[in-house]
Amino acid sequence: MASTTKEKVGWSTANILVVLFAIIPVLWILSLSFKDPSSLTDGSFVPKDWTWSNYKGIFKTSEFTRALVNSIGIALISTFVAVLFASMAAYAIARLRFPGKSVLIGMSLLIAMFPAISLVTPLFNIERNLGIFDTWIGLIIPYITFGLPLAIYTLSAFFREIPWELEKAAKMDGATPFQAFTKVIAPLAAPGMFTTAILVFILCWNDFLFAISLTSTLRARTVPAAIGFFTGSSQFESPIGSIAAASVIITIPIIVFVLFFQRRIVAGLTSGAVKG
Amino acid sequence: MADIVLDHVTKRYPDGAVAVDQISLEIADGEFVILVGPSGCGKSTTLNMIAGLEDITEGELRIGNKVVNNVAPKDRDIAMVFQSYALYPHMTVRENMAFALKLAKTPKSVIDEKVTEAARILDLTQHLDRKPANLSGGQRQRVAMGRAIVRDPAAFLMDEPLSNLDAKLRVQMRTEVSRIQKRLATTTVYVTHDQTEAMTLGDRVAVMRNGLLQQVGHPQDLYRNPTNLFVAGFIGSPAMNFMPGRLEEGVVRTKLGDLPLTDESRRALDGSGTGRDVIVGVRPENFEDAALVPPGDKAHGVTFSATVDVLESMGSDVFAYFKLEGGPAESAELEELARDSGRADTGGEGDQIVARLDAATQIKEGDQAELWVDVRPLHLFEPGTGANLTVRPEAASAAAAPS
Repeated sequence: MASTTKEKVGWSTANILVVLFAIIPVLWILSLSFKDPSSLTDGSFVPKDWTWSNYKGIFKTSEFTRALVNSIGIALISTFVAVLFASMAAYAIARLRFPGKSVLIGMSLLIAMFPAISLVTPLFNIERNLGIFDTWIGLIIPYITFGLPLAIYTLSAFFREIPWELEKAAKMDGATPFQAFTKVIAPLAAPGMFTTAILVFILCWNDFLFAISLTSTLRARTVPAAIGFFTGSSQFESPIGSIAAASVIITIPIIVFVLFFQRRIVAGLTSGAVKG
Repeated sequence: MADIVLDHVTKRYPDGAVAVDQISLEIADGEFVILVGPSGCGKSTTLNMIAGLEDITEGELRIGNKVVNNVAPKDRDIAMVFQSYALYPHMTVRENMAFALKLAKTPKSVIDEKVTEAARILDLTQHLDRKPANLSGGQRQRVAMGRAIVRDPAAFLMDEPLSNLDAKLRVQMRTEVSRIQKRLATTTVYVTHDQTEAMTLGDRVAVMRNGLLQQVGHPQDLYRNPTNLFVAGFIGSPAMNFMPGRLEEGVVRTKLGDLPLTDESRRALDGSGTGRDVIVGVRPENFEDAALVPPGDKAHGVTFSATVDVLESMGSDVFAYFKLEGGPAESAELEELARDSGRADTGGEGDQIVARLDAATQIKEGDQAELWVDVRPLHLFEPGTGANLTVRPEAASAAAAPS
């Protein structure tokens, strides 16, 4: 496409504006996390005195470290279970014709669309009665529920792209349906599974609503919720520096993931968009 | 090694559509049988039923005297070569070929031995550690064959294995397939829509149309004695020429002139045919430049003149295209053949006649040429049913029973 200088300038300006709009809050948080409490409100974007004290502070107590362990554990388990079940469901949706298939797809779409906030109160009561309130499993279950539709949609798009004849060939080669799935289909769908896993992981990792509503102690509180409970080291000290430091810490794994698997995520999202 | 018997096998889909209708076919041990027909005729469905990839609605399928209707594909001991090759992209050539044996828990030394042997037969030895993505079309095709060969199965099933190759390679691989099949002497069922492949490869050819078996026989039998209009038009390239004709006392009136009937044809018609419309079929090679016909043969045919539109020189012979006054012969079968050959799409007309002449001919494009047609191999078809009215009785019985 031939483009004039005018067009180039126009697009560049627009792009820069969008990027700035997105990145300034992030940089701001980063900046806050390096300021000491006295200079928090000095109005300068770049900290005048750089300090690690906010970071040291949050790792001193178990409030943050315990939440970090909860976050990692809960997100990993939810992701694993969701992708495992979703890969089977997506395979069935992409390959088999069975009664109630469209109902299944509709239901999973319905769940994905369902406003989570309306489920919080019933879930709170159910979990308290079941005795799983404020436990890992109490968070893992709703995360799987909301992770599954996303995973099923992304994965079925991937499965649809695998030629069906490969499966027939595996069958003719003497594979049971399970062997055909694990030895032929799953390895080919691995990039798709990876993408899906990352998307589901981010979903669980970022959740605040369930984390704040279904936990009450450090037993299962994840980082986003734990940050909300941060207080300064004394009652009169603002916790903003600690909150900023914690936010930066939990952003790091996501940034690493995304940078590392950038191309795969993009491929996964677009293939889901076009074929799904 | 085993024979395959289809006994009134029918495939009916849940929506009532019948893909394969009561097919009975006996394939002897070691035989190479071709299923051929236009797309949608049920040949691939038939193959998939033999493979076990599709359920059989009615009828019985026996492999090696064992009824296998409800046996899973993996327990039928048959190997299949797919049109798309269906190689496993994440495995090397060696792993692709060894996959079936590995699943069968064959000892590693035996696997190595068989893969090496198959690679040697197929000239793939130096490619064993490459992935399919890095292979050419012909090499991929050979890997697909190799995957079937290493298993040493009771039968090979091939679903248009050559149709993804370019024309030159296809001819080469055709010979290769034939050689390998002869060497291994394994029962083979081969599906194709290409009549040339069918003619050149098979011990026997089964022509299908709309889920029905039209005729089964040796390629030459199908060529010389097609039982109906469809087989006549499908087998042979260039295809048989058809024109409307009217049966009168001892002759057929056609646009070429009055063609006398041979004694044989007259006997086959058995006096029943006077004053009725027929479709006359003439193979391109039954025409000749009138100037080149030996005097002794001239009496067996009729000379006529026609304006030659197009002349195609093939070196060994010359194809002359001309048109006749009046419309083309019409029947459902001919329409289907036209659709299949693409003539319906390219706007070619049905009343065009192709003649295959000796390369020595002096005829030029646009000439009003004197041509001669041999009336001995003439075929007469019933326009309604498409049945061949001039089937040689002895040939017909030979074609009906499996040889």
